[in-house]
Amino acid sequence: MRMQGDRRGDNLYIYLFGELDEHNVSEMREQADRLIDENASSTRAVFDLAGVKFMDSTGIGFLIGRYKRLKRYGMAMYLENPDAGADKVLSLSGIYTLMPKI
Amino acid sequence: MNEMKLYIPARSENEVFARNVVAAFALPLNPTLSELSDVKTAVSEAVTNCIVHGYRDREGEIQITCRTEGRRLHIEISDSGRGIGDVEQALQPFFTTLEDEERSGMGFTIMQTFMDEFSVRSKPNEGTTVTMTKCFAPEADGDADAR
Repeated sequence: MRMQGDRRGDNLYIYLFGELDEHNVSEMREQADRLIDENASSTRAVFDLAGVKFMDSTGIGFLIGRYKRLKRYGMAMYLENPDAGADKVLSLSGIYTLMPKI
Repeated sequence: MNEMKLYIPARSENEVFARNVVAAFALPLNPTLSELSDVKTAVSEAVTNCIVHGYRDREGEIQITCRTEGRRLHIEISDSGRGIGDVEQALQPFFTTLEDEERSGMGFTIMQTFMDEFSVRSKPNEGTTVTMTKCFAPEADGDADAR
């Protein structure tokens, strides 16, 4: 399992696990989109990256793709708990202006 | 000085293997976790480019050569794939030829930022070679536990 969803009130928490690279991204995309579609009545989605042990720019593309999907449902997106490596990639991309780190 | 060469088929399942092999090769230099993470990320970007862009939808081989020299780690990653028509354009942040695939266009920017030296040479229909160097900070005396 690479992902776990948890609905708490109006918030959808999505916990990611493992290494987010080209090899794993299509499976993660499917799982995340299923969770988003099933919880489209939430007001915001929080992606928790504590379990992500590696991430390259494939992860940026993945997160922006989910951001666009959430936007169609009117949901805001946030990120939390990236490790130092993921945080460096995310900061460089400027992605936190679209999905703030909380 | 030490050297290694790695030849792998251009399949995404080999990305994790490639970046971990390069990290393992660098370990005797005692890099910090942050330096090692930079190297793994840059290698992953270069290998992903070979698979996604160089050999798009076909089989091929990726060559990875690593060499240490003092506290410098030199890495060369090549494919014999499609090549890049306009390297200058490809180096621009957020530029991608694959708009529909959720590509960030940040691969080269990450390699340039995370490594100390970086260059790319490419010829259409012949392939692409990325060369990059990481200079590890001097080891602090008696500070092994903190690294």
